[in-house]
Amino acid sequence: MWNKLRPNRANLVLWQWLLLVACFLLWYVLTSPTLLPAFYFDDSSKAAFFFGEPQKVLLRIWEWFTTGEIYVHLWVTLIETVLAFAIGTVSGLGVGLWLALAPTMSALLDPYIKAANSMPRVILAPIFAVWFGLGIWSKVALGVTLVFFIVFFNVYQGVKEVSPVVLANARMLGANRKQLLRHVYLPSATSWVFSSLHTSVGLAFVGSVVGEYLGSARGVGYLILQAEGTFDINTVFAGILVLTAFALVLDGIVALAERRLMKWQPKTGETEKL
Amino acid sequence: MQASSHYALALDNITCTFASRDNRNARYTAVKETSLFIAPGEFVSVVGPTGCGKSTLLNVGAGLLQPSSGAVTVFGEKLAGINRRAGYMFQSEALMPWRSALDNVTAGLAFRGVPKGEARERGEEWLKRVGLGGFGDRYPHQLSGGMRKRVGMAQTLILDPDIILMDEPFSALDIQTRQLMENELLELWAAKRKAVLFITHDLDEAISMSDRVVVLSAGPGTHPIGEFTIDLPRPRDVAEIRSHPRFVELHAQIWGVLREEVLKGYQQQLTAV
Repeated sequence: MWNKLRPNRANLVLWQWLLLVACFLLWYVLTSPTLLPAFYFDDSSKAAFFFGEPQKVLLRIWEWFTTGEIYVHLWVTLIETVLAFAIGTVSGLGVGLWLALAPTMSALLDPYIKAANSMPRVILAPIFAVWFGLGIWSKVALGVTLVFFIVFFNVYQGVKEVSPVVLANARMLGANRKQLLRHVYLPSATSWVFSSLHTSVGLAFVGSVVGEYLGSARGVGYLILQAEGTFDINTVFAGILVLTAFALVLDGIVALAERRLMKWQPKTGETEKL
Repeated sequence: MQASSHYALALDNITCTFASRDNRNARYTAVKETSLFIAPGEFVSVVGPTGCGKSTLLNVGAGLLQPSSGAVTVFGEKLAGINRRAGYMFQSEALMPWRSALDNVTAGLAFRGVPKGEARERGEEWLKRVGLGGFGDRYPHQLSGGMRKRVGMAQTLILDPDIILMDEPFSALDIQTRQLMENELLELWAAKRKAVLFITHDLDEAISMSDRVVVLSAGPGTHPIGEFTIDLPRPRDVAEIRSHPRFVELHAQIWGVLREEVLKGYQQQLTAV
């Protein structure tokens, strides 16, 4: 019986959901003011004050979506994230390709790129707020600075690692500079780009939420900030959960694109050879 | 020197010296004052010990590498940049892994702006010719080493180059597949009669396929030390020709010259370690 039920490939998703439910149950048991006597805090309702209560968190999320209160905030945060992600990726790709193919320029800019990358870029948020105002663009700018460098370094590396034989072969087959870029450098860099995109999705969210946190009138980060001001821990957790869910969705879209575009890559365990 | 306009490919007095990146004074002369002339339709093999600069010579002929001195002439014209009349079959994996077999075969046509439909048709035809009809939509990693070599062959030959440069193209294959591919190559060559410069370290392969075998000395400063005309009858079967008395005779002759160089090259590798 257990042999059939234990986690395996077929029922993995079921077990993953079960684990989530178990986490929520544990959370509920440990924070409920009435279920267990207080064993850490001196007051049995303090656990709920500090860690929230899952049923109230879920209820909050339910209310948000049924009353439609969250949509405007979620929309703003998502727009900021997607814009930061798209602009950061495209510019990282462009600059990465350019610098990888222009050795003199990349040697010249090398210390500046390193400096810009090691700078804690979150401190730019207040400056961006001054430059771009409290609307979405200051958050987009912050997200772009986070996403750009990750994509840039990966593309740069990807272009540097193009197989010299494949390159020589394409040249012998008559590819000109533009065709080399389009048909050799770009596809060769894509595997590196995709590995960076998974990290970038999360960072694009960091950019928009931190931006909202520091000054905004809309967005999930703004909701969380408001709730924190009134010590409404349940709403804070609700905001975190909603953000996590949407970050997962975005990451899933990236994974989907990756599967479509990277069909040519050998997968581990694939033994289809003839 | 002979007028180089009669030749498909003329490497005249080529010297290639590489300077070390870290130390400008550390130089290595891979090829020294080497001349090699290949007539149109001639199959020339170059043999030599490993690491003697055979590939360097081929890259010079392809225009991928600028010689330090000397001139490269292609059908009487001085070569500048990539050799547009040559096709190159590489020793290692050279297919674009993100293109399917068919797209790899038609890559050269696409680069030249041949319409898609026509390129596809010719690609399918070439895939069939190298025995891979129906494998067009597979990616290189889904093919075996021998199949990838066939795709590479089709990729090079579909452009109908006047000169074919081959850098130990079959060295990674097992002996059976290798003989099969050698025969296929000879057949394709016999039909079109292109100039071939074939680099190998396998003397059997060189003799069984070529019109002429050039022996290079061990590096550094590689230069030709012997040239043999292979007067074996054609068409040949690479497996059968090996028992031909003339083959045995030629093999003994060439090996007599090559042997010393191989030992020299081997010694150098030992002392270098």
